[in-house]
Amino acid sequence: MRTGDEAKGLTGNLKVVNHSWRKKDADQLITGKPVYTQDIAPKDCLVVKVLESPYANAIIEDIDTSVAEKVPGVAAVFTWKDVDQNARRYTKAGATFPESSPYDRLLLDRHMRYIGDGAAIVAGEDEKCVDKAMRLIKIKWNVLEPVLDMHKAIDNKILVHPEDNWESIVPVGADNKRNLCAHSDESDGDVEAVLKSCDIVIDETYHTQACHQGYMEPFCTWCTKDPYGRLVIVSSTQIVFHVRRNVANALHIPKSMIRVVKPRIGGGFGAKQTSVMEMYPAFVTWKTGRNAKMVFTRRQCLTQGTPRHEMEMHVRLGAMKDGTIRGIYLYTLSNAGAYGEHGPTTVGLSGHKTIPLYRPEAFRFVTDVVYTNINAAGAYRGFGATQGMFAVESAVNELCHKLHRDPMDLRLQNIAHEGDIMPGYYNEPNTSSNLDRCIQKVREMSGWDAKYPGQKFTTPDGRHMARTVGMAIAMQGSSISAVDVGGATLRLEEGGFYMLILGCADMGTGCDTILAQIAAEALDCPLDKIQVSGADTDTSPYDSGSYASSTTYLTGRAVRDAALELRKKIIREGARLLGCPEEDADFDGEYVRYVPLKVQEPSENKAAADPEEKKVSLNEIAERTVTNITGILEATNTQSSPTSPPPYMAGVAELLTDLDTGECRVENYYGAIDCGTTINPNLARVQAEGGILQGIGMALYEGVHRTEKGALIENSFMQYKMPARPDIGQIHISFDPSYEHLGPYGAKSIGELVIDTPCPAVAEAVYNACGVRMRTLPITREDIAMAGIKGEEGSVAAQENPSLR
Amino acid sequence: MTVTINVNGKAICGDIAPDLLLIDFLRDHGCLSVKRGCDTSNCGACTVHMDGKPVLSCGILAARADGHQITTLEGLQKEALEFGGFIADEGAEQCGYCSPGLIMECIAMVRECREKGIDNPSDEDIKAYLAGNLCRCSGYEGQMRGIHAFFEWRRSHRDASIL
Repeated sequence: MRTGDEAKGLTGNLKVVNHSWRKKDADQLITGKPVYTQDIAPKDCLVVKVLESPYANAIIEDIDTSVAEKVPGVAAVFTWKDVDQNARRYTKAGATFPESSPYDRLLLDRHMRYIGDGAAIVAGEDEKCVDKAMRLIKIKWNVLEPVLDMHKAIDNKILVHPEDNWESIVPVGADNKRNLCAHSDESDGDVEAVLKSCDIVIDETYHTQACHQGYMEPFCTWCTKDPYGRLVIVSSTQIVFHVRRNVANALHIPKSMIRVVKPRIGGGFGAKQTSVMEMYPAFVTWKTGRNAKMVFTRRQCLTQGTPRHEMEMHVRLGAMKDGTIRGIYLYTLSNAGAYGEHGPTTVGLSGHKTIPLYRPEAFRFVTDVVYTNINAAGAYRGFGATQGMFAVESAVNELCHKLHRDPMDLRLQNIAHEGDIMPGYYNEPNTSSNLDRCIQKVREMSGWDAKYPGQKFTTPDGRHMARTVGMAIAMQGSSISAVDVGGATLRLEEGGFYMLILGCADMGTGCDTILAQIAAEALDCPLDKIQVSGADTDTSPYDSGSYASSTTYLTGRAVRDAALELRKKIIREGARLLGCPEEDADFDGEYVRYVPLKVQEPSENKAAADPEEKKVSLNEIAERTVTNITGILEATNTQSSPTSPPPYMAGVAELLTDLDTGECRVENYYGAIDCGTTINPNLARVQAEGGILQGIGMALYEGVHRTEKGALIENSFMQYKMPARPDIGQIHISFDPSYEHLGPYGAKSIGELVIDTPCPAVAEAVYNACGVRMRTLPITREDIAMAGIKGEEGSVAAQENPSLR
Repeated sequence: MTVTINVNGKAICGDIAPDLLLIDFLRDHGCLSVKRGCDTSNCGACTVHMDGKPVLSCGILAARADGHQITTLEGLQKEALEFGGFIADEGAEQCGYCSPGLIMECIAMVRECREKGIDNPSDEDIKAYLAGNLCRCSGYEGQMRGIHAFFEWRRSHRDASIL
């Protein structure tokens, strides 16, 4: 196995990569410059809004817009009558074509499928006239009974999508006549036989809620027509190329007539991997020729954005008395909501990113994704793995208690290692893993051996407290194997600098900067010689977009290979100018030099050794590119990866709990991470810290409830409680990288992995505090306080310690 | 109704609707650093200074700012670069959408610390002061490191700091 020290040896000579640089856009951001979609919208945009259905399941019998259209300032009102109800449907999911997500939407549909579904599009000169017009639209409803409980969705007589033009274009086991958005069943070995022969089987069901991503910039899109009559869409999106396809499918217009541009993005976390709103202002601009703008309120982000899929997971985990995990059965029921965006794909990660953490002799992984009459779910950092990790890692923690085993030791005994073939991970080989070292590292840094499972104490004022710990491990992927595409163009420009043109989306993660670092490393130049542009469907090389933990690994590979190809072209051109064979020329970032092969050994000072050295500067070569003596020196590279090398991490939550009130806070969270080489250690660290706190939010704060009619209750930041600064103690991060030879300079991914450990680790710390296993998220103060009163399971792991008083 | 609001040192007269929020007045007058993140005064992204004190501009009617001094990040560019640089050196501005509001709040905090003679505020005091400024990207840790780095620098460069 490759050790951390060896990885260090491979990255030790890097000049730009593996160093912390300020983000290239930092100064513009910290001085509040107008760089976001709404800031750069034309002033004359029509305001676009969608009239929201008040019913979870209803048919529009009749809709009268005649009065609304007369409101002064109203420019257009569109209803289902303006959209062919028999036309091909489309999906809003941002995914590689052909999409797994069913084509189940119309731009405007007669059938409303959730509270908030779009009944009409209204465009006007200002918000006031649009609001007034929306109030004056008269609708005759045929209100139907909704299906709101995901457990009752399959084969319910109420169908969310009864229509015949519903279409699933990829075989994912979908059947709209059964409310099924997807179904799968995969296995390796005979799991029932293995479970039967195990000494112990943990058999439990876990539930996770439909969390909101919480990007700070609400959805925003504005549209205009360019001088050629093409539709230009400027949007806060992670997926410019998918938006082009989705809007073309929604409006039934050619892709050639659409250009999509993303400016700076105020956070995405997967939310903006769905084209939630682009088609509405696009339709208005297409029909009216006017500039049009749509901005969601936070309420609309919560009620019409696409949150994490609510999932329920039944785990049967079989092991022997010595702790060997032998069999894993996982059934995941996922709630797609009213439309299937990312439904068939998210559910897979609940098993594919959990089962291969271990080496079971057999596994079976069954999934159902169901339609219900709530707002459609979508992509959110972790993408199903977060849900699965809560279930499987909680089950492993339960196993540890049953066997009286230390959770760290039991994992070290069972985890998969570098070199293993992973049957639960499409039989991909494990090409790099430092997970064992991460576990050992987090054990040391958290002071685990002294703290586990925890201690109870009474404060001088009589409060009964517990300070407890819990842990979990996690993996994610690095791009979707053989599906995602990363692309980059590098061009030498007059002045001797490089343009790096990207189709992925920096949504605050800093990918523009880390990809420029990769280019600078390969071209031996300072970071500021790389200028970054994108994403723009007219000019960027195709890239599937920033999601699925693909950017660093896949687009990073494309950048590296484009840079190496451009380097060769520069050498070729330099050699031509020097009149020497290409093989005898070398490039140091500033000059192409004639270095005859026989003396091409590294020498301390070539110029001193040979004052007549033949060389030509990059600047000279660059100048020739504009005179057409040389032609453009440019390289475009596109990558797809047959495998998805997993990054790994181990996390420990240290929780302080008031056992009387249930009040608790994560005082310390420790994470040891193997994401391969950190291209920019600062930015990787902030990714980790941010993801961990999002995970803690999901574990302890972010509740999701609905009224009897199906309306979301937590529809503002007053009710939807994302962690604020006082809600967290400290987060401690350590990087313990392996070296992934498939990745650029040894890198894997970081973005999603880091949200996966908090839910199971916090739930374990809660168990160690109050003795009750919480299998439903979020774990509320009331849950903990009631556990103290009920004392359901009795065995409180934490022991009284008078010394802590 | 007619109001006169002093924005970043310049008096702006305007005929406004009585229900116009201060955030919209400011954005309409070119102060695009002022961000809307939530509509319910929960996120802090729209923080500006009213007569030197941090307020949420989405929770104040423009009419109430009549005759008052409003400062946005557009009026504190050098201060933003000086202070925000420490956040950026940690990579903790991330998407940057909450940065203007956060930095407005931080500038108020630094000034209040100076008035009270505090040159090394505690983690818990900083968290309490900035509790209303949500950030979803950073987990707050990197911002905390940046804030401490700023105070550390300022302790040894008191004359160089413009804050």
